[in-house]
Amino acid sequence: MTPAAAPPLAPPALTYACDVEDVPLGEGRALTLDGRRIALFRSFEGWFALDDACPHSGGPLADGIVCDHAVICPLHERRFALATGDALTSDDEAATAHEVEVRAGRVFVAVAAERSAAAAA
Amino acid sequence: MSRSVVIVGGGIAGQAVCEQVRERDREATITLVCGEVSPPYDRVRLSEILVSGEDPKTLELRPAEWFADQRVDVRCGRWVTAVDTAAREATLDDDTALAYDALVLATGSQPLMPPIPGIDLPGVHPFRTPADCAAIHAAAANGTQHAAVIGGGLLGLEAARGIAAQGTTVTVVHLVDRLMERQVDAGAAALLVPALAELGIDVLLERSTECIMGPDRARGLRFAGGDELAADLVVVSVGIRPETTLAREIGVACERGIVVDDAMGTDHDGIYAVGECAQHRGRIYGLVAPIFEQARVAAEAIAGEDALYPGSVLTAKLKVAGIDLVTAGEAGGEREAIVADPDAGVYRKLAVSGGRAVGAVLLGDTRGAEALVAAVRSGEPVDDPLQALADASALGPADLPDTAQICDCNGVCKSDLVAAVADEGCATPREVMARTRAGTGCGSCKPAVIEIVAAATGGLNEEPAYLCPCRKQTREQLAETIRADGHESVSDVAAACGTGRECGTCKPALAYLVSEVRANQHREERDARYINDRVHANIQRDGTFSVVPRMYGGVTTPDELRRIADVADRYEVPMVKVTGGQRLDLLGVRKQDLPAIWAELGMPSGHAYAKAVRTVKTCVGTDFCRFGLGDAIGLGTEMEKAWEGLHTPAKVKSGVSGCPRNCAEATVKDIGCVAVEGGWQVRLGGAAGGNVREADVLCTVETRAEALRVTTTFLQYYRENADYKERTYDFVPRVGLETVREVVLGEESGAALRQRLKIAKAATSDPWLERDDPYHPSQFSDLDEPGEQEPELALVGPPPEGAR
Ligand SMILES: Cc1cc2nc3c(=O)[nH]c(=O)nc-3n(C[C@H](O)[C@H](O)[C@H](O)COP(=O)(O)OP(=O)(O)OC[C@H]3O[C@@H](n4cnc5c(N)ncnc54)[C@H](O)[C@@H]3O)c2cc1C
Ligand code: SF4
Ligand code: FES
Repeated sequence: MTPAAAPPLAPPALTYACDVEDVPLGEGRALTLDGRRIALFRSFEGWFALDDACPHSGGPLADGIVCDHAVICPLHERRFALATGDALTSDDEAATAHEVEVRAGRVFVAVAAERSAAAAA
Repeated sequence: MSRSVVIVGGGIAGQAVCEQVRERDREATITLVCGEVSPPYDRVRLSEILVSGEDPKTLELRPAEWFADQRVDVRCGRWVTAVDTAAREATLDDDTALAYDALVLATGSQPLMPPIPGIDLPGVHPFRTPADCAAIHAAAANGTQHAAVIGGGLLGLEAARGIAAQGTTVTVVHLVDRLMERQVDAGAAALLVPALAELGIDVLLERSTECIMGPDRARGLRFAGGDELAADLVVVSVGIRPETTLAREIGVACERGIVVDDAMGTDHDGIYAVGECAQHRGRIYGLVAPIFEQARVAAEAIAGEDALYPGSVLTAKLKVAGIDLVTAGEAGGEREAIVADPDAGVYRKLAVSGGRAVGAVLLGDTRGAEALVAAVRSGEPVDDPLQALADASALGPADLPDTAQICDCNGVCKSDLVAAVADEGCATPREVMARTRAGTGCGSCKPAVIEIVAAATGGLNEEPAYLCPCRKQTREQLAETIRADGHESVSDVAAACGTGRECGTCKPALAYLVSEVRANQHREERDARYINDRVHANIQRDGTFSVVPRMYGGVTTPDELRRIADVADRYEVPMVKVTGGQRLDLLGVRKQDLPAIWAELGMPSGHAYAKAVRTVKTCVGTDFCRFGLGDAIGLGTEMEKAWEGLHTPAKVKSGVSGCPRNCAEATVKDIGCVAVEGGWQVRLGGAAGGNVREADVLCTVETRAEALRVTTTFLQYYRENADYKERTYDFVPRVGLETVREVVLGEESGAALRQRLKIAKAATSDPWLERDDPYHPSQFSDLDEPGEQEPELALVGPPPEGAR
């Protein structure tokens, strides 16, 4: 289990996203949960989720390269931390991060309440 | 009141005087009057630019800020037209008057143009200025059938080299019975001829050119005795004529040059002369090393210090890639030790007179050149010349005495380099070169500078281009590790050396490297690939993809067009566009539609999304065009089929034109072929994107099969040696066209490259076939738009512990 960007007031409900083997190791995949596009990553360090819209210009983060707790956006190669969504190589705002939990081969996401501007756009 | 120094002429000499004066006198008012429109530039490197076709702007000796910083008033494009020597005032062509305490004439020289008939015809050029250089380069690169260079001295040979580098055959015509007779003896001169022949340069000795044949433009040379040589480009390089016009007008004593004494002073008080215009003890020097010595002496004299110029020992290096030649001092002496291996093109000689070293000639093997040149310069006593010659080969630059001059162009001694490291904190050769200017002239001393700096700093500090900057690993190191330890995948390499574990930016580069070294028999790991290479389509700004099927040589069929139209309709493709590479692009395709679209198209991938071989653009050539000389579509299609599916460090775009009208723009492609009379011209390293670069001519071959073979060999050379994302237009100039030529055209090295390409090619397949055999069930799908998977209802709320 990994911490989300900011702990929400009431713990959000966990929603089933996929089975572990649905995402190849080291990659990300997108899905819609609670009406928003979410990028779910199966990194070598564990599972993470961010809004699937790069804070820079809306790029599909799920299609990025994942390495060392971060994802590199496929459009302009800016890097964001998987756990917090923080921009690591630019001064973009953070991408909203969501909590992920894996139980018995099934992956659940707690969709955070706040939205990053790029995801709302 | 501060001293006022006016320097006439902004060549290497004028600039050197200006720097030397400023070093001694912070207060002096310095005015540099440059007749040429450009600020002082490095004439020596014009030879280099003739080969590369680079912009002469890169030759500037100092940037504009330097002149501002040093408070040097530079007047470009201005001439000194008169000097009132009594009133000590110089007048410029815009009527400005400049008062001076010291006037330095650095007016240089003019190329000698012998008064033979036809010397004024179009197509006849001297080789002295950037404009000459541009004219010769343009003529040699476009349309010249055969060129002739009159004069087989250092400069003539460099001119010939520059012409040959553009793929034009050239003959050097020389008056006497050996080349470079001023610098080398008969033994070395004889070995030069075959070495030049290998570079495509013919030599005709003992030919006196009587006239250049016209009538409308240069058509050839006629020699005394009646022989003729056809040539539509003629470069004249028979010597220099010191520029003394101004000196004579103002009454300064001149013979061939402006006569100076041992303090570089003329017969007029306060007037000095430095450089190629000056005649000292009867000699006129046509090289830069003496200029620095003269400039220093003149500055000392102007500053009122004791100044003595005893004359210079001449040293010369031939700047012709592929021929290593260093000479110093006399070509002969009372005793001579010679070591020669004519078959290997090696000739080494040390001449001794009166027990002292007076001359050295090193051809083909220049080991110990710095030490031998230093010995000749200082007239070192030598008892056993043969032993001295042998000992020198074992001496590296780091063993030299501190006083040895390393950079002749800028007069930098070894002690200056060591001081830059020890006293001024320079840590890398690049910093030392910026500080001392060593290596920034003709560049031939760079290896010595690097070695000395390495010794002074206790190791090499040049920051290499790292493939993985986090772990400071270069491509070469990693390739070696992969080869030696047999790594099969990116994760193997990561486990072994940590590369690709940190920021992750290098993962795609590593993935390419593993696939290249393992000849495509590596273990593919898609997480190391860009999205484009995971789904074999080009991601667009909105996250959709584009699909470009392959159309060999830009040729399609009605049936293919019909299928493309049907697919575009069925999948509501938002845009169908004709690309610059002569194909059709379906834009705005959703990821999950990719496999079905590929299946319906039934065409192979065009690799428009990958760092790989892209298109080979062709013109209709002999198939339909009335100008066609070669089968452009045929060759283009063969190239595309031979290379299809190969990945490369960066994309490779090619073109084939059926004649020099070049409708397929092959001269601005990474790899280009242009049909010419009797064969194909092969070009490399062109660009027509953010930068425009005309491709270098690698060679001209006779047949289509050879063109295919040579370009294929280069492709593999590039695959193996370029850094990731390094396009051919950066790669070729970085490694040097000469090196490329040597390896690619070399019989053994070329065959080995082709063999490795064959193995790599055999292991490629059409990536679009992954539509039937995906590497992962969700390769093309998002989680909620499953491809092959069973749709599953989302379960809301926390699941019961241990469910499933
Ligand atoms: C292609 C090439 C390659 C060479 N390679 C080498 C090499 O490898 N090694 C080597 O040692 N040497 C080499 N040389 C020779 C070397 O470049 C020259 O010796 C050196 O540049 C001469 O410098 P300079 O300042 O004396 O003369 P110049 O460069 O001729 O400068 C004189 C300047 O004075 C200006 N001038 C003249 N009269 C006036 C006036 N009245 N008012 C204002 N301005 C005036 C001229 O316009 C000119 O710009 C090479 C030369 C060439 C052309
Ligand atoms: S390059 Fe020459 S052969 Fe090809 S289309 Fe143009 S004119 Fe015709
Ligand atoms: S949209 Fe992600 S870096 Fe530009």
